[in-house]
Amino acid sequence: MIYLTRRADFSASHYYHNPTFSPEENQRVFGKCCNLNGHGHNYSLEVTVKGEVDDKTGFVVDLKDLKEVIEREVTDAMDHRHLNKEVPEFRELIPTTENLAIVIWNRLQPRLRMAKLHRVRVYESEDLYADFYGEA
Amino acid sequence: MKAYLTRRYEFPASHRLHAESLSKAENQELYGKCNNPYGHGHNYGLYITLSGQVDPATGMVCNLADIDEFMKREVLSVFDHANLNELDAFRETVPTTENLCMEIEEMVRKGFTLAKLERVKIQETRKNSFAMLARSQNARKEMA
Repeated sequence: MIYLTRRADFSASHYYHNPTFSPEENQRVFGKCCNLNGHGHNYSLEVTVKGEVDDKTGFVVDLKDLKEVIEREVTDAMDHRHLNKEVPEFRELIPTTENLAIVIWNRLQPRLRMAKLHRVRVYESEDLYADFYGEA
Repeated sequence: MKAYLTRRYEFPASHRLHAESLSKAENQELYGKCNNPYGHGHNYGLYITLSGQVDPATGMVCNLADIDEFMKREVLSVFDHANLNELDAFRETVPTTENLCMEIEEMVRKGFTLAKLERVKIQETRKNSFAMLARSQNARKEMA
């Protein structure tokens, strides 16, 4: 079994706000992240796939395919965008780093050919990242 | 949905690798320049990985403010700008980064209860890092 990781970067803005919370509760839980005009990050995404090496091609995955899927599903959809306002999943869901990893998993997983998705890692900064392995 | 959150902290500290049970010559042979008498220091990078269900109300495994506050109060306050050899934890054991990992793993596993500790990694320099899975649970097969 070989694990292969592809990286992509995107910059986006977001805010954290739960409409069922009072303003005070939003402030207490989310702190400065609940400023409704949002703030932004340079995100880094690491997509790890796994599989056996194909005898004919020597590939675990066709990187060109993987790159295209990541570009279409993540970079085109999220780069230089406001996650709360422009990514449909985040109309209801709070765009935390954890939820971003889950949303990206759900976008990539059904569209990958050959290799199996192993892990989605999203860095919000060098000092913070979230991992999702598709676990319930 | 279960997710994993990793937070990085940094603290400078000094140490000297020296085992009381060994002779001067054996210590020098084993630890090399790390045995120099007055110690030396590193900017340690500390990675704490926590896991848990993502809370639908907050979108979080645990609130970053809580883990940051805990780490500052209970861990960084002990090790930041410290001489590791002076600390109680290293009276009996040598302050290698392996032992430092085990010490911090125990502090976080026992002290922080708002999410499950999965892994502790310490980067001693750009060339060396040490990691361990939290001890109270079985190692997951795949954590590539």
